Amino acid sequence: MPLTAEALFARLQDVLGDTIAGGGVARGEVTLEIRPQDWRAVAQTLRDDPGLAFDTLIDLCGLDYSAYKDGAYEGPRFAVVAHLLSVAKNHRVRLRTRCENDDMPMVASLVEVWPVVNWFEREAFDLYGIVFEGHPDLRRILTDYGFIGHPFRKDFPLSGQVEMRYDPELGRVIYQPVSIEPREVTPRIVRVEHYGEVE
Amino acid sequence: MAEIRNYTLNFGPQHPAAHGVLRLVLELDGEVVERADPHIGLLHRATEKLAEHKTFLQSVPYMDRLDYVSMMCNEHAYVMATEKLLGITPPLRAQYIRVMFDEITRILNHLLWLGAHALDVGAMTVFLYAFREREDLMDVYEAVTGARLHAAYYRPGGVYRDLPDRMPQYQPNKFKSEADVKRLNEARQGSVLDFIEDFTNRFPAYVDEYETLLTDNRIWKQRLVDIAVVSPERAKALGFTGPMLRGSGVVWDLRKHQPYEVYDQIEFDIPVGRNGDCYDRYLVRIEEMRQSNRIIRQCVDWLKKNPGPVIVDNHKIAPPSREQMKSNMEELIHHFKLFTEGMHVPEGEAYAAVEHPKGEFGIYLVSDGANKPYRMKIRAPGFAHLSAMDELVRGHMLADVVAVMGTLDVVFGEIDR
Repeated sequence: MPLTAEALFARLQDVLGDTIAGGGVARGEVTLEIRPQDWRAVAQTLRDDPGLAFDTLIDLCGLDYSAYKDGAYEGPRFAVVAHLLSVAKNHRVRLRTRCENDDMPMVASLVEVWPVVNWFEREAFDLYGIVFEGHPDLRRILTDYGFIGHPFRKDFPLSGQVEMRYDPELGRVIYQPVSIEPREVTPRIVRVEHYGEVE
Repeated sequence: MAEIRNYTLNFGPQHPAAHGVLRLVLELDGEVVERADPHIGLLHRATEKLAEHKTFLQSVPYMDRLDYVSMMCNEHAYVMATEKLLGITPPLRAQYIRVMFDEITRILNHLLWLGAHALDVGAMTVFLYAFREREDLMDVYEAVTGARLHAAYYRPGGVYRDLPDRMPQYQPNKFKSEADVKRLNEARQGSVLDFIEDFTNRFPAYVDEYETLLTDNRIWKQRLVDIAVVSPERAKALGFTGPMLRGSGVVWDLRKHQPYEVYDQIEFDIPVGRNGDCYDRYLVRIEEMRQSNRIIRQCVDWLKKNPGPVIVDNHKIAPPSREQMKSNMEELIHHFKLFTEGMHVPEGEAYAAVEHPKGEFGIYLVSDGANKPYRMKIRAPGFAHLSAMDELVRGHMLADVVAVMGTLDVVFGEIDR
């Protein structure tokens, strides 16, 4: 039988001790907040501890908190979230670390711990500009060759900065500033507490 | 004496075996692959960024366009993540409908995979056979949702509508005679459920046909056996899920180990491979089709006996019926608010995963209490599988690259997102 979320959290507290900077159990999911300097060591422990045995990394992604709750959020702007799975023990955990420097977000790479993380870290670098220290091949992955900027940051416009077209005079494809106006069909609204809550 | 150098080959993005828009830079020593560097992102549409600018409901159709051969499974992960944040459970009948359509989708996906895989490796006929059955299942999609591919059928709180009582029928035209139409319509006399039941009776014989063509086929085995062998430990470290992991002999299926919806009440077996090569993964997927067929039969049986609601009755999440909307002021307001402003989802985060035909497909949603997600991350199984490409093809021949691509079951809609 797999552990309940509470039991798993208790076991994680036993194993990791002070390295857990926060987190808890919500909606049956365990979340751990990890300080960026402990990121790599915690990952190693979670994989190698026989009682936890997180043998697979399911997902890793970047997050930009700068517009959270329409700017009411205070704290480091960028975070990295990893979802781990233990196939052997059948449980999951979510790890989050908040990068200290907003201008140059940096965190250790986990590629030595789980090889699968290679492309996920490249993606987070590409889309958010988070640098993974120790990554063997930190190139852009999803965006165009020669793309400028990190498109998933909240200050990057949805319509982008440049558009591409074929120029018949030059006889090649050219890039130019976007000509479409940004528009918002449905405004984003954060309601007061308990508005429209499900009974 | 001539100088011997490695040869760099650009494979794709416009190549019939590239399964879409994969650009593969291969470094070859003669015909042996020394290194493979997949370049992806040619189909990148920033679905996750778009979702941040859409209400929760408006993002559902975008899910179909991720892995465009297993549409409803993508929607399933998304609506499950939304429901987890909202803290609601869909009615039991909706759960059975979802399970049934997940399995129909699995068969759809595996049929396309089988046809394309065989075509890549050189067997033409299987593709035509597979598409014959896909046609029937696509008709089911169309009867229920009105769309053959991009269904948008699952909604937070249930499914959009109940299964129709009538299966659409063929009409005679200048290409189809009365006699042809009569034969084609034989299975379509009853409801959609009758048609699905009829399909499940026919389908095992079809799978036997594919197996006759391939399983003991000498050429098929020469091309697949001992190609891209992955050990169970390595498969886990490389983030494999679904048939890729089971092909290596790891017993892991979210439907069994972390059951969602009504999978815990349904009987089915998980096939696993032994050697972890392309041939075992082929066998696993073939057996999965048979098991899916078994699951569909159980769902049809249950659905025939148990009528009931298919979406929650909370009109802040699901729209009221047309009749209610037109006769009741309150419901009219609900309808208007739901389709303009959308639902507000409590602050928090949730990760929901389904056993997608390709592996674990997950949606990670972060909400700050607004009517739009703050962040949505799509965990696409193909992304992790393709990232292992380099390791899988290293040391194999150039022709095996195509076989490996087939076994990975890559679809660029989900990898590039």
